[in-house]
Amino acid sequence: MLEIRNLHVTVDDKPILRGLDLEVRAGEVHAIMGPNGSGKSTLAHVLAGREGYVVTQGEIRYMGRDLLALAPEERAREGIFLAFQYPVEIPGVANIYLLKAALNAMRRHRGEAELDAVDFLALVKGKLKLMDMDESLLYRAVNEGFSGGEKKRNEILQMAVLEPRLAILDETDSGLDIDALKVVANGVNAMRSPERAMVLVTHYQRLLDYIRPDRVHVLALGRIALSGGPDLAQELERRGYGWVEAEAQKRHAASVGGPG
Amino acid sequence: MRIGPEEPCVPGFLSAYPSLAVQLPGAALPWLRRSRDEALERFAALGLPTTRDEDWKYTSVAAIARRTFGVDAVADVPGNARTVVLHHAIEGTHRMVFVDGRFVPGLSQPMPLPATLPEGARIGSLAQALDTWTEDAEAFFAAADEAADGFAALNSVFWSDGAWIDLAAGVALEAPVHLLFVTTRGDIANFPRNLIRAGDGASATVIEHHVGPDGASYLSDTLTRIVLGRGARIAHTKLQQEGRRSFHLANVSAEQGRDSAFLSHALAFGGQLSRAAITTRLGAEGCDAKLAGLYVGSGRQHIDHHTCIDHASPRGTSRELYKGVLDEAARAVFNGRVIVRPDAQRTDALQSNRNLLLSEEAEVDTKPQLEIWADDVKCAHGATVGQLDADQLHYLRARGIGESDARALLIRAFAADALAGIEHGPLRARLESLLPGALPEAM
Repeated sequence: MLEIRNLHVTVDDKPILRGLDLEVRAGEVHAIMGPNGSGKSTLAHVLAGREGYVVTQGEIRYMGRDLLALAPEERAREGIFLAFQYPVEIPGVANIYLLKAALNAMRRHRGEAELDAVDFLALVKGKLKLMDMDESLLYRAVNEGFSGGEKKRNEILQMAVLEPRLAILDETDSGLDIDALKVVANGVNAMRSPERAMVLVTHYQRLLDYIRPDRVHVLALGRIALSGGPDLAQELERRGYGWVEAEAQKRHAASVGGPG
Repeated sequence: MRIGPEEPCVPGFLSAYPSLAVQLPGAALPWLRRSRDEALERFAALGLPTTRDEDWKYTSVAAIARRTFGVDAVADVPGNARTVVLHHAIEGTHRMVFVDGRFVPGLSQPMPLPATLPEGARIGSLAQALDTWTEDAEAFFAAADEAADGFAALNSVFWSDGAWIDLAAGVALEAPVHLLFVTTRGDIANFPRNLIRAGDGASATVIEHHVGPDGASYLSDTLTRIVLGRGARIAHTKLQQEGRRSFHLANVSAEQGRDSAFLSHALAFGGQLSRAAITTRLGAEGCDAKLAGLYVGSGRQHIDHHTCIDHASPRGTSRELYKGVLDEAARAVFNGRVIVRPDAQRTDALQSNRNLLLSEEAEVDTKPQLEIWADDVKCAHGATVGQLDADQLHYLRARGIGESDARALLIRAFAADALAGIEHGPLRARLESLLPGALPEAM
């Protein structure tokens, strides 16, 4: 579903990703871990098409197409969903309005009939229950005055309504207490399916106690330094990221023909 | 009279007056003739404002002074006027239509008005009212005779018609009165004048609506005076949709009685150069004033709002929110004056002006002007100028909403609270439809 080859990305002319390779197949859940500044969030933003992230080399193919040629809204309509690390507040736009506009934009794109108000509300109410959210949040402005936990749940609510093919969750666990984390994890687990792929970007192993990934990757120096099964997350929790980074440094030095 | 290249000179209005005076409404009433004569003298002394006047620093009317506008005592109603009126009609209102400054009963409805109005509501055109309610007219007109500037004076000289809305104590008008002023051609000057009086406890909603063709260059010089009795409530919505080459100069002023409520919305969309001066005086204890405004400009439009909230008595409350959305090379001016006089203890006043600039060339001059002479008061003000938020825009796009829809959505979200408080549903729907960037039905 998603193939990333030799991806180089700069932000403000500063190289952040330096040759990242990743392949995610339908039905798989991948965790991208790594220390702060390793480029995890940059990867999430590049996939969503955020301005200011410049791809200088490499390619990203999604469902066999060149993802980088698509505008952010086209990616969303093609089934890519990014749960933001910092969900944006939009005063004056009701949460339910955004949900409906987003869902109908996607349905129009797929040539499906738009949902009317009654069917839409029934759909959303079911998802609200899944996320343990109060209906009143639908009628408030998008994320405005929401607590940190409410914002993160609201992201997963949007994901549940939009039913993406590829979901990228950027640090969705940060700032959540344990109860909220469980709710979010339940919501995510309920959406696992053979047709859907998920990429969890996270600093801590905590989220992975509740959402068991198929693969775990560690980012260091702008590329995947280490990949493994779900047990790798526990090893990282025990040993920290230092040793992965040190090995990556060594390899990097060797590959550029450093002292030796 | 001032003359010079930088200072607009008084145009040909002075010489037009003697022949017109005998044909304008009320020519046979000595007090009214005297009032027009005196206004002419004031105008001759004041002239048109120049950018040397502090209040007109950012708005030059030199383009008006250089022009000649026809002022006619009688005008024909062109055949397409009905189409224009139906296009601008607002459902669920009493509609009074004025074409090129004159009341046109045939386009107004329901007519005759009195049949559908509660007892104690006297509503008609000013020209008619002079005949029908002659004995009250002088006092009613006297309340309006405050020439704030040259344009107000000019209106006092040349007003040709407008609305007379006089509500006895306790009369509540359920349906809004829609005053629709239609200009049909270029090179003319219109001088509409509206007098609104609400007796103790009376209430009404008045929509003052100005429209004209985009291709025509004309002048609308308007004056509206509102007097509120004890506990009265008037909601006044000024909707300016003049033609894009026109000049629109407006004065709206209210005088508030004890515990009265004045709700003003000033919405400006049209005109090449427009200016609205909106003033209210909280003249007795416990008054409430709410002033909201929205200006939307593009091209090379120039839109100026000067407001003044005069807290002259204790325990008054005022809330003011003006918002602007400016694209291309549009320019706006907002000057919000709030006066709290020494007697006006326990005044509570809030003012806010927020602007959204959609292009590099758009520009706004915003100036809050607080003059506080009492010590036990709560006053706050703020002004902002900003662009569309890139993070918000990206967030919406990342949810599948196209860029232009996302922009329209954010512009509407920005403007929405300036329309809050508009109670008449069809009017609110109309205003929302006028906001920039129409959204697809499905959204």
